[in-house]
Amino acid sequence: MNLTLKIWRQKDSNAKGQMVDYKVNDISEHMSFLEMMDVLNEQLVNSGEEPVAFDHDCREGICGMCSLYINGEAHGPDRGITTCQLHMRMFKDGDTITIEPWRAAAFPVIKDLIVDRMAFERIQQAGGYISVNTSGNTQDANSLPISKHAADEAMDAAACIGCGACVASCKNSSAMLFVGAKVSQYALLPQGQVEAADRVMNMVAQMDLEGFGNCTNTGACEVECPKGITLENIARMNREFVKANVKGN
Amino acid sequence: MALDSKVPEGPIKDKWTEYKNHINLVNPANKRNIDIIVVGTGLAGGSAAATLAELGYNVKAFAYQDSPRRAHSIAAQGGINAAKNYMGDGDSNYRLFYDTVKGGDYRSREANVHRLAEVSGNIIDQCVAQGVPFARDYGGLLDNRSFGGVLVSRTFYAKGQTGQQLLLGCYSAMNRQIARGKIEMFNRHEMLDVVKVNGKARGIIARNLITGEIERHSAHAVVIATGGYGNVYFLSTNAMGSNATAAWKIHKKGAYFANPCFTQIHPTCIPRSGDYQSKLTLMSESLRNDGRIWVPAKLEDAKAIQQGKLKPTDIAEADRDYYLERRYPAFGNLVPRDVASRAAKERCDAGYGVNATGEAVYLDFASAFVRYGTEQAKIHGIKNPSDAEIKKLGQGIIESKYGNLFQMYEKIIAENPYETPMMIYPATHYTMGGIWVDYNLMTTVEGLYCIGEANFSDHGANRLGASALMQGLADGYFVLPYTIGDYLSDDIRTGKIPTDTPEFEEAEKEVKDKIDFFINNKGTKTVDHFHKRLGKVMWDKVGMSRNEKDLTAAMAEIKEIREEFWKDVMVPGSANEMNVELEKAGRVADFLELGELFAKDALVRRESCGGHFREESVELDGEQKGEAKRDDVNFAFVSAWEYKGEPADAVLHKEELEFKDIELKQRSYK
Repeated sequence: MNLTLKIWRQKDSNAKGQMVDYKVNDISEHMSFLEMMDVLNEQLVNSGEEPVAFDHDCREGICGMCSLYINGEAHGPDRGITTCQLHMRMFKDGDTITIEPWRAAAFPVIKDLIVDRMAFERIQQAGGYISVNTSGNTQDANSLPISKHAADEAMDAAACIGCGACVASCKNSSAMLFVGAKVSQYALLPQGQVEAADRVMNMVAQMDLEGFGNCTNTGACEVECPKGITLENIARMNREFVKANVKGN
Repeated sequence: MALDSKVPEGPIKDKWTEYKNHINLVNPANKRNIDIIVVGTGLAGGSAAATLAELGYNVKAFAYQDSPRRAHSIAAQGGINAAKNYMGDGDSNYRLFYDTVKGGDYRSREANVHRLAEVSGNIIDQCVAQGVPFARDYGGLLDNRSFGGVLVSRTFYAKGQTGQQLLLGCYSAMNRQIARGKIEMFNRHEMLDVVKVNGKARGIIARNLITGEIERHSAHAVVIATGGYGNVYFLSTNAMGSNATAAWKIHKKGAYFANPCFTQIHPTCIPRSGDYQSKLTLMSESLRNDGRIWVPAKLEDAKAIQQGKLKPTDIAEADRDYYLERRYPAFGNLVPRDVASRAAKERCDAGYGVNATGEAVYLDFASAFVRYGTEQAKIHGIKNPSDAEIKKLGQGIIESKYGNLFQMYEKIIAENPYETPMMIYPATHYTMGGIWVDYNLMTTVEGLYCIGEANFSDHGANRLGASALMQGLADGYFVLPYTIGDYLSDDIRTGKIPTDTPEFEEAEKEVKDKIDFFINNKGTKTVDHFHKRLGKVMWDKVGMSRNEKDLTAAMAEIKEIREEFWKDVMVPGSANEMNVELEKAGRVADFLELGELFAKDALVRRESCGGHFREESVELDGEQKGEAKRDDVNFAFVSAWEYKGEPADAVLHKEELEFKDIELKQRSYK
């Protein structure tokens, strides 16, 4: 198939960006979306132009590096997948595809389609851990039974890949699905209880400091999340937050 | 330099404990004055960085990704082995040790593997304490499953995302130390050389991938944890950015490279669909428990399928060749990875492949649908169920076991694997070879360590499933933090290592000159053009099946591609900005050297063992006729290569392997 691509080009974080049109021809429906981008880039390099910079790494939907806003949707028109798992059979000959970076004040553009997600790192550093030493003198793994239900729910929350699609999809650029997932994982496990109050307070404070917006229960984040993280996690974070405020440490 | 593995004396079960009791320690106040650089933040690097920081050292950690959480350890699916014996099925440290040495076809170092087994249980304790949500049973205790090549259930797992959850555990431990200021994290940075001062590793030169700035970083010791070199094949299950540059640079500065030819080709990956293919996706090995592998028995049927004139479901049962069941009646579809991969290649090379490229075989679940469906009909008391009913019931069971894999397959191939067999083909997955290290995990350069997949030590010639995660975390959490202290105890009076010295100056200049060369070369061909050509030579001539003629030819061809690369490579853009093509150029330049050494190592090893199959070394008669023939008399050694300029001039050093605790046997799957 032959396609027209409208792609955001921006030299660096200080430069002014713009949409630029490109044509790619003979694209196979079996290609992944990023392989189509590879074809475009090979074409650009061969004609002496700079290729389009975009983040990607594992290309199997787990590293969370890829981050394209395609035709107005995070990770494009399919559900339950990342951009690297999107295939060209979702498009048809003659289509025009708009490709933008994640748009959020807390995710400044580094170059072209690559954004800076360090805000996520700082939120994790504010409390996304259990303060246990890593030197191997912990108690036996089976000394503390955890209900299968809680473990499975914690796993569902822990499946977050930190891609940022939730922020990009949200009209408020809220990071509450991302933060809620981490808070939930530990809130559901006994190991996370000791620091639960500090954790939620510190992570939420950092989230606000980074300039992410608040949640207004639209639910776009849940729809676009490639890993099926549910809104329940936001509710649980809110409960944890209220609890921490009422009870203190 | 003679190789000294520094394995402690004494019985194998006491070596590690005795060793730890007698090494030198660094007191907490002095640790504050010691800096350590860790390059790579996957399971090995991440766990090492967190633990060293917690011990009190000042750690600088480097990752080319935008976060440590994105390292490719995250893609590991199946699980992590540990000899906990929670299942009460007779597991022990000794059994895990034995299985790993045997699975590695007797080409790993006994003492290291035993230590790995000893600390395996600690890893699980550690991860649970960190909040890693492993799968549990209804009683609330940890669940285990079984993996290939062993007789016990010792694999801990978190759905199909075990690597992700373990890495996020490491990442959380790192975040705690980053918050405390004990780890300084350098995301989007790539190490481009190591700096040696008076023979000791004292720092690195790194490039800031956002600004293009070249930076000097000093430390009292340097740890390389940058993973494997599978992308030398261009197509592999590795991440796009996975590269051998850090390992190759330290090799050029004196670290020996061990067993480069030991590479694992995984049998169940989704086949290539065209020339634009950028990477290959793994389908978990567990599918072979219920799927049967076949190709058409008649060549004309295979041709018709390749041309799209016949469908797999059109082929009658009698006209199918279940070649693994035919060749290996005892193990059938569950032969180890290396054997299954070679058998698929043999059929496809003979023309029986089943997709347009001729490089695919079927993995068929039809008989599993019937088997499970019949059982379910009985359980539910359905009398005289129709074939359709049975199939539907059976599909339900398969969906509950492998639903996510079937969905992944459908997204990529756009075929419903419940209705038509999956197509699979082998792909490069893991590299057992890597930088040579002694028992302390130190390379042949003083103060330079190498851990995880990047080193060679624990998996011999073939890695067992669920052992990579175990090794990465063992090295980082429980081995290196001890051994590195022994070395650093001499450095408590050294003080900060300055970076304004001739050694740093020189290393930085070398790095900058190379970057300038790429930018100014103005050739006519892209980096990928050369990488794809290298990958084709590697796959065709240094792939699953190797012989002297092809290996000799491969060495010459790789050299030729390398020379052309340096003349004609084209890198657009400039050095002082984010420049993805420039990053790739540096990595491919190193792969073009490593590939030749790889072929040379394969040429020298005139035996078949594990993932390395030499056509000249096969059993000639008897029941094992045509199978791999290991040669313990002449090749029970680790080949450790010393850099001498051209890869072809590398000098071989041998570490003879001694097996005092395990008897060497042939692996038989007939």
